[in-house]
Formats: sequence, structure tokens, C-alpha cells
Amino acid sequence: MRWVLATALLALFVLAWQGVASLESVDDLLVASPVETAEALYDDFDLLSDAALVTLSEVLLGLAVAVPLGVLLAVGMHLVRPLRDAAYPLLVGSQAIPIVVLAPIFVLAFDYGMGPKIAIVALICFLPITVNLLDGLRSVPPELLKLMRSLGASRLRSLRSVELPAALPYLFSGLKIAATVSVIGAVFGEWAGADEGLGRLVLLANNQLETPRVYAGTVLLTLMAVGLFLAVVAAERLAVPWNRKEELA
Amino acid sequence: MTEPLSLSNVTRRYRDVTALAGVELGMRAGEVLAVVGPSGCGKSTLLELVAGLQEPDEGVVSVLGVNGAAERRASCAYMPQRDLLLPWRDALGNAALALECQGVGRAEARRRAAPLFERFGLAEFEHVRPAQLSGGMRQRVAFLRTLLPGRPVLLLDEPFGALDSITRTSMQEWLAETLAQEPRTVLLVTHDVEEAVYLADRVAVLSPRPGRVVAEVAVDLPRPRTATDPAFVELRRETQEALRA
Repeated sequence: MRWVLATALLALFVLAWQGVASLESVDDLLVASPVETAEALYDDFDLLSDAALVTLSEVLLGLAVAVPLGVLLAVGMHLVRPLRDAAYPLLVGSQAIPIVVLAPIFVLAFDYGMGPKIAIVALICFLPITVNLLDGLRSVPPELLKLMRSLGASRLRSLRSVELPAALPYLFSGLKIAATVSVIGAVFGEWAGADEGLGRLVLLANNQLETPRVYAGTVLLTLMAVGLFLAVVAAERLAVPWNRKEELA
Repeated sequence: MTEPLSLSNVTRRYRDVTALAGVELGMRAGEVLAVVGPSGCGKSTLLELVAGLQEPDEGVVSVLGVNGAAERRASCAYMPQRDLLLPWRDALGNAALALECQGVGRAEARRRAAPLFERFGLAEFEHVRPAQLSGGMRQRVAFLRTLLPGRPVLLLDEPFGALDSITRTSMQEWLAETLAQEPRTVLLVTHDVEEAVYLADRVAVLSPRPGRVVAEVAVDLPRPRTATDPAFVELRRETQEALRA
């Protein structure tokens, strides 16, 4: 039922889009209709898919850096109180820097290649992972840690048997956010200077008034983010099989 | 023979609040001692002190003749008010956790926990996750987790406080049977006088905060006990009066 409703709403949106784009007063150069977008997807498929692969690798490599980094940082900050106190403000600060401004700085400092894009994706992805995981690690009721201590558990044992499993649902919340913002990060990275990728393709097509191609690229970027999100949801189903609604104890 | 448990002149303060003031208690091996008192009288503090989770500000807490907190932790099995079962582990895994905390491997811990499930009427529930268990069953699993490390002193903090009264009665019967099979020295904290008289050999009554022992009632009744037995009723009344005084 949920799927039916969501599909119906999406269909309604596409219809409205088609309606607006077909209006006499709307210039075809400025707004592409769903049909034109689909045509562009079909005609420029090779061009778009090559670019999409580049962007997808930037996103995946960025996540490959962000996930272990974010997890390690969260665990470290959880175990070492002074580290948490010292790093938390910096962590939040790192996110307050507008990524739009940061992207050209990265590209300037490094080069036009993939490196800066991966760095930007990693930078905006690791924070939601770290903050959510840290919250999760701290979500364990103090009585449970007391019980573990009375059972003779070492700090590491409590972390492994109680805190990390309890934090898994939180980690996945962070990963869901990371999955969606990662694509945005890659696009900003490419806009700041790149010679390949979907973000760059969209920017070029925009400058050339190839409006249907801009829309097609945007659709692909959206699908990429949605796909990553769904992959995280599927991984969560596997890794957190117990009832997510059930509070710990 | 050293007393399994003794508290002498134990005082515990939290900032401006004195939770316990000069508590004196001793226990014989194999005895079940119930501590009752009004809420906020420091009953849970008392248990955590014995369990080695806190240190007294004054006085001496000793378990099996030793005073150190680490030694107390190693001799006591502490069961908190809430069952605190891990939702991602099945019942057997939750009980086995007690052994894993002592360095036993996961598979071996499960293997060693299994016989207890058989003996205490949980045989079909080993692979059930806590969410699928009733409150009473969860508490039984939590109790088996407490028994499993084989520590001589059991510390039970209102173990049935969260259960409805029908379940509580059947749990009290189950606990009495279990203790008959697995005798331990048991310190039971409760606010339920009937539970105290039903389960204990002796009931210590704590005063309102700051808590100290104001009365002790010996319960020399044969087991199994019935709450309607006149002698039982009389002891319950006696305890309640000490509580009100």
C-alpha cells in the first residue's frame, strides 16, 4: 500500500511536470519535459553512463574513506573522554564550512583529478556517521554497563558485546544521511573543476542550453543517491535483524 | 568460618544527601536475607555497595571476609531491577553473556548455559529473542544469567518489581524452587513485605533516608510457604509495623 501511494504521488508529479513543460508560455530551452528528459537519457546514454560511472566511483571511494574513518573516530571519542571534548567542536566546525566554498579550495590545492572529489565526499560524509554512532554508543543505559562491570566484563568486552551492537541502528541512520549527501559532495567537487563526471556534464550541458541533458543528468544523480540509500536500508535489514522499534531493555 | 557478607557501620553520601547511615548487617552462608524499606531509603545503594560497584564513605563492606571492591565484584552476582536483556541475542545467548564476560568463548558459554535452561523450565525458549518473551520469562532468563557464573553471593534488586501481581507470585514460587536446588547466600532488596516474608530466612527493615537497620524479623517458617498461613500473616504484620515505626 505504501508503495502504491508513493508511486501514485510520483506519477502525479511527473504528470504535473509534463503539463507545465507543455504550456505555450514555457520556453523549451528553459524547461525540459519528462518526455524530452527520457529522450535525452536514451540518446545520450553512453555519454551519461560514462560520466555516471566516474561520479559513482568518486562517491564510493569517498564513502570507503568516510565510513572507517567515521567509525574509528566515534569509537575513539567514546572511549577517550578528553578526545571527545577536544574533537567535538572541531567536528561540528568542519561541517559549518560551506562545502561550496571548500570545493574550489580543495581543487586548487590538489588537482583536477579524483583526489579532491573523494576528499570532499569523505569530509561531508564522515560527520553524520561519527555523530550518529557516537550517540548510539552513548545510548546504552548506565545500569547495563554497571551490570557488565559486575559480571566482570572488561571495557573492550562491554564495547564489543553491548555498546557496538546497541549503536548499530544509529550507525545505519548516519549511513543513510551519508549516502544521500555523498552525491551532493561529488557534484560540488566536479563543479569546482573537473574534466569528467556527471556533475561536470550537467554544468556543461547547462552552459550549452542542452536542457534535456541537464535534466537527464539530474535524474541519474537522484537515482544514484536513492540507490545508495536503498543499499544502506538493505544492509541494515541484514545487520540489525532484531526489532528496531524495541528499545534496549 | 568467615561470614559470606558483613557490613559494619556503613555510611554512603551523595553530595548533600546521606543515603545510608551506619548500616550494620551480617549474613550466614546459605541464608536468604530480605532488606525492605520505604522508597528512597538507600536499598539499591546498599546492594551496589555489596556488589562492589560503589565504595562506602565510612565503614567496611566485606564479602567472604575480603573488603576490596574488585574482590566483592568477583564473589557477587548482581541482578538489577530491570532485566536488561540484549534484544539482539536470544535467551540462551543472553544468559551465556555472563560467562563470556569472564573470557569464556561464545560457543562454549552457550553450551554451558543450556543445562540451566533445561533444569529451570526454560528448555523451549533458548532460541527466542527477548522481545518475544513475557515479562516473567525475561526475568527468569535474567536470573539464570545471574546464577550462571556460580558466584556464592546473589544480590537481587527488586527482581520482580516490574511484574504484574499474578506473574510476580508465580515468579516468587519459581525463585524459591530454584534456590532450593541451587542454594546460595542471597541478599534480596524489595519494597514488598509479602515477598520478603515469602522468600527470606530473615527480614531486615531499613528506616527512611538516611537508611539504617531499625529491625530484624526472623522468618522461621517451613517451605513452601503460603501467604494465608496464620504464622505468615503474623510475621508480615510484624514487619509492616517495624516499617511504619
